Amino acid sequence: MSAVIEVSGVAKQFKIHHERHQTLKERLLHPRSGSTEIFDALRDINFTVGEGETVGIVGHNGSGKSTLLKCICGVLKPTAGQIRLRGSLAALLELGAGFQPELSGRDNVYLYGSMLGLSRRMVERVFEDIVDFSELAHFIDTPVKFYSSGMYVRLAFAVAVNVAPEILVVDEVLAVGDERFQAKCLDRIRLFQREGRTILLVTHQADTVRAVCDRAIVLDHGIQVADDTVGEALRIFRQRLLGQVPGHAVVSSTVQITSVTTPSGSFDMRRGEDLAFEIDVTSDHAVSANLVTEVFTRTGLLVSRSDAQAAPVELRPGVNRIQVEWRSVPLLDGVYDVNVGLVEASGGTVLAWREKAAAVQVLYDGRATGVVEIESSVTA
Amino acid sequence: MDAAASPPERSATTAARVVSARTPLVPRLRNLLERRELLWGLIVSDIRIKYKGSALGLIWSMLSPALTLATYYLVFSVFLKNGIPGFVVYLFAGLVVWTMFQTAVSTSTGVIVDRAGLVKKVSFPREILALSNVGASIFYFVIQFAILVGFVLLVGHHVTWSWAWLLLIAFVSLALFAAALGIVMSAITVYLRDVRHLMDVLLQLWFWVSPVVYSYSNSLATPLHNHGLTALYFVNPITPIILTFQRVIYGSPIVTSTTSGLPLHVLPSWPLSTFATMNVVILAVALVAFLAALAVFGRLEGNFESEL
Repeated sequence: MSAVIEVSGVAKQFKIHHERHQTLKERLLHPRSGSTEIFDALRDINFTVGEGETVGIVGHNGSGKSTLLKCICGVLKPTAGQIRLRGSLAALLELGAGFQPELSGRDNVYLYGSMLGLSRRMVERVFEDIVDFSELAHFIDTPVKFYSSGMYVRLAFAVAVNVAPEILVVDEVLAVGDERFQAKCLDRIRLFQREGRTILLVTHQADTVRAVCDRAIVLDHGIQVADDTVGEALRIFRQRLLGQVPGHAVVSSTVQITSVTTPSGSFDMRRGEDLAFEIDVTSDHAVSANLVTEVFTRTGLLVSRSDAQAAPVELRPGVNRIQVEWRSVPLLDGVYDVNVGLVEASGGTVLAWREKAAAVQVLYDGRATGVVEIESSVTA
Repeated sequence: MDAAASPPERSATTAARVVSARTPLVPRLRNLLERRELLWGLIVSDIRIKYKGSALGLIWSMLSPALTLATYYLVFSVFLKNGIPGFVVYLFAGLVVWTMFQTAVSTSTGVIVDRAGLVKKVSFPREILALSNVGASIFYFVIQFAILVGFVLLVGHHVTWSWAWLLLIAFVSLALFAAALGIVMSAITVYLRDVRHLMDVLLQLWFWVSPVVYSYSNSLATPLHNHGLTALYFVNPITPIILTFQRVIYGSPIVTSTTSGLPLHVLPSWPLSTFATMNVVILAVALVAFLAALAVFGRLEGNFESEL
């Protein structure tokens, strides 16, 4: 697998002006008086993305993830280091930023296409697809200043995804638009994945990362704190995120989930049955913790997340065994991934996290389809 | 688009692009060349937007130069009686050059500040914004020049057609100078916003030190020579370009004054070889200026986002 994006030693500093002298007159009147402060938005970021990979960049607000993305797209120039890109790149950053309100949708498609680095011929070839995807065939010759904001975004998105870039960069767009549009976005991303294109996704939604990414990079205050599998990266992300709450410092934790098993050793079950888990945890100190369990479908849909806050587990130094019992599991036919974590009861620090700790296979031969069956009675 | 139908096949052949603090000159030029379609698109949309929704359309862009031409003609030829026969042609030849330079530079100066929204959100070589304004002014120049040619043919003015190829070199130099200055000023304006107004004043001054409305040979050559200032006058790179246009279009360097009936030295009576050498030198200087402008722009653009 060849590297498509190589980020090496990238740093970005912003100058914050406390007193702005933006005119020649002011500069002449107050030589040397404008005080500025340097803010490090990114520090020494290093990673590579291989061809066909889907990598998530996660971080809290202000962690520098959007700055990094803008550097990769070339909107910002890094202060130090460099980014090497192989292949065409389209960014779903600020949809429609390059639109000229006075021009028609048609003219803007070509102009926007050329901003994304496409020739007129290339846009011509996919023009029909763009119009179809945007569902704006009727308004394509209307100046875009008469478009609604939804139409605006649809047209921009249609151009960006139909130009078939080798690298697609997505920034939180999945969080905007109506549900149907979001589903369309996700479908497109999946299609790109199947076609072997490289995708870089920036988000603070762990669910999105889990649903589409192969790997994730975690940023915290401009520092790259993880470049790992989705599970491990998300654990670190949570830890950082929760660790930020004032007074809830991250404990250099030595709590570990060593194994997750069932008494029978098998995670196979039938719908409606009970399932018992045994979770072995080693700890070097006594601590009170809440058990968090998450259940996902194989397509990344979160079925359930529960946080047993009402009943914290008291961990003793040494090996502990935690028993969990799921009663009459309503899950339907399929395989479900279970994530298990321990969060300190008196704060929220993630003590330990185990991604895909178990894969539960549910057998069901009834007629209902979907993820769960709702117990119902029908009367007339 | 068909599912799974088009795997990314270009990746093997595409060269790596590098984003770093500074882009050296050669990749900068390559980037510009690669993005020529965007440049073209921006020029076309600039021109379209400007005249969309106006009934007279492009005629507006011709009205202002036409008025300027008429005013200067009235003032210098009719009221002040400068005695230059066919002064309209002389004036027109210089004005098309000056108008192109002035429009290109003044519209480019504020372009990055005005288009901050685009600059902060979309990735493309930023010089393209200034270049698109230069491109639009070239478009207007071409129209005006066509009108000028039509006019001299109509009135049967004696044009030195055999020297016409000089105009091509002169024009390329003009465009390069305008682009160089436009690119540098567009970057400086980001840091010093009032430079825009300063530029307007400077351009007015610049107009009067260029031989557009007066004759260099008749009114300035001797006094400049006596004070040893000829070289200083020719520091202005627009002067030789204007002289070339006037020499070719107006045709005769020495004419008979309409007021005194005496011979009038309107233009330098240099031979073709002198004009050719001068234009080649100017072209070389223009090229260097253009490359230098790109280099300066490259140094200034790194901090745009904290200033916009």
